[in-house]
Amino acid sequence: MEYVAAGALGFAGGMLGGLVGVGGGVLFVPALAIFLDQSQVHAEATSLLAIVFVALVGAWRQRGYGNVRVREGLILGALSPLGVAAGVGVSNAIPERALELLFAGLAVVIAAQLVRRALAPPPGSSRGAGEGAR
Amino acid sequence: MPRDRLLRLAAIATAAGAFSGLLGVGGGTIVVPFLILWLGYGDREATGTSLAAIAVIAAYATVGQAMYGNVDVPKAALVGAPALAGVVAGAAVQQRLPERAVALLFAALLIATAVELVVA
Repeated sequence: MEYVAAGALGFAGGMLGGLVGVGGGVLFVPALAIFLDQSQVHAEATSLLAIVFVALVGAWRQRGYGNVRVREGLILGALSPLGVAAGVGVSNAIPERALELLFAGLAVVIAAQLVRRALAPPPGSSRGAGEGAR
Repeated sequence: MPRDRLLRLAAIATAAGAFSGLLGVGGGTIVVPFLILWLGYGDREATGTSLAAIAVIAAYATVGQAMYGNVDVPKAALVGAPALAGVVAGAAVQQRLPERAVALLFAALLIATAVELVVA
């Protein structure tokens, strides 16, 4: 039963990745922590491995739809190791409860961002105002 | 590529990398909005390019976490295999549906996840 729940959350995380361009970790981590009995740190580490493959397949599909600027995507990836090293070090140095609260905060921030985007006027209608503000 | 654009990409990459290593996510949360707001990407373009970046960012972070012995490959497969089907379906749906309805649904799901993490 736990496996089915974890798999369902995995599918939903992948779906989220295809829809909004994230890796799905926001659902993989709770799936691993709640249903597969991993600690928060281990769940986050294991989630990253799943994300690699989800992002590869997602990018491949999105490229087929003409939605990937490959060069800039790879530049973003190539320039990230400093930030990654800092984040991994910190996640192994601070208490798990703090990580859980951080993760909850991140989820709320993403949610607010999704709602704001969903309720914003369609692209084009606000373009003139945005350029004027610059 | 203009230096200004490269510097902006570098800033986004560093922030996304830090989030990824810290929280076990891919960094798309950072990448997608900044590509749209800062580099003039269209919505779908931002999500597709974000996935390409995430593949690289998460690979770095996975290696980092594996050095601490924290990565469980079988459990990653249990969650990740269904997720591969999910991402193919999600990308297909994204091309056909207005993003906003789906985005609101997922926002609710994220809030539920946050509550669960805080309460559990």
